[in-house]
Amino acid sequence: MAQVRELRQQIKSVKSTAKITRAQEMIATSRIVKAQQAVAASKPYADQITQALSALVSHHVGIDHPLLREQPEDNRSAVLIVTSDRGFCGAYNANVIREAESLIKALREQGREPVPYVVGNKGITWYRFRGREVNGTWHGFSDRPAFADAETIGRRLVQDFLKSDAEGGVGEIHVVYTEFVSMLTQQVQVRRLMPLEIEERHGGEQGSVPPSYDFEPTAEAALDLLLPNYVESRIFHMLLQSAASFQAAVRRAMKSATDNANELIGVYTRQMNQARQAQITQEISEIVGGANALADSGGE
Amino acid sequence: MATLKVGLVSPEREIWTGEAKMVVAQTIEGQLGIMPGHAPVLGVLLDGSVVKIEPADGGEWISAMVGSGFFSIANDEVSVLAEQAELGAEVDVSDARQALQDALNAADDSTAERRARARLRAAGQDA
Repeated sequence: MAQVRELRQQIKSVKSTAKITRAQEMIATSRIVKAQQAVAASKPYADQITQALSALVSHHVGIDHPLLREQPEDNRSAVLIVTSDRGFCGAYNANVIREAESLIKALREQGREPVPYVVGNKGITWYRFRGREVNGTWHGFSDRPAFADAETIGRRLVQDFLKSDAEGGVGEIHVVYTEFVSMLTQQVQVRRLMPLEIEERHGGEQGSVPPSYDFEPTAEAALDLLLPNYVESRIFHMLLQSAASFQAAVRRAMKSATDNANELIGVYTRQMNQARQAQITQEISEIVGGANALADSGGE
Repeated sequence: MATLKVGLVSPEREIWTGEAKMVVAQTIEGQLGIMPGHAPVLGVLLDGSVVKIEPADGGEWISAMVGSGFFSIANDEVSVLAEQAELGAEVDVSDARQALQDALNAADDSTAERRARARLRAAGQDA
């Protein structure tokens, strides 16, 4: 008797958990769509700025700007790690941190000094718990990053890039983030953000030669504005990709939690049925036994 | 008649795209009117200015406030890229007035003041 009641209670509690995880899964599904729309909406700007920059650079061969310069004298490397603020997302943050740690190790082996910069509460907590020094932290926007957030991060990184080692600056900047490949696949990516590399495209199709621009006021002023903007737009892109990947990871984690809960409900239901059946069988045999005993005693 | 293909974009979304007869933008050095056949230019926008677009379909002029950004003209394509951009029709006038008041009170924030004035001007208000 007691066992049936216990199982019934278990089923009830697992069912309510399943309801919650199912709701979380559906919320994440709708947020993935929103995050993908944000990625799509940011594309025109990113394309235009890339186009303008390559037009500018291709007409000024040998263009020089501090942000384009390699800094061999600086031995510190910034590593920007993009994690999420919330959990419930399976191995999403663990994957990013693992990749970041192996990058940090590789940089150390090259004799460089890695300096972490962390985005997202989960990453911040991870580094703080281990008592590791972190040069910069940002949080509170991992679900829906705005361009202003990318701007804040970009400004800080550009500033540190322009400083020398002795002033606490860095010589190069790497980013570890998660690329949203599809609903099912998200990949942790490691990219070098700065110094910016100029790809010179030779040949290619005819007629794709960028026009020779006039500059208003000067090419230098345009470059001063364009390069940091470009960096910020790259960071914005990475934040948006990570946000979409995060929602996909949440969806997957919540889906498997719901599946597990449903499986558990099935197991418990079978156990409960068995226990109930055993109870009924026992009751019948007790009644039959009792009736037989009565009949036996009555017959004599 | 030739027209300009205009795209006004901010990092977060496309603000306005379409065909236009003329675009007026303000650079650090002064106003620049752009008509079809203009030479290629890459210019820096004045932070907190108004960009005006005359649509090719003969509709009313479109005004938009732009923050820090730049524009490029090539082959009758005009792209205006601004970190902050807002169409005049979408400006919340009372909010913009409040922002202007705050900027004036802060006294040292001339960019915020210019942006607030630009928002009001884009919305067709006195600033």
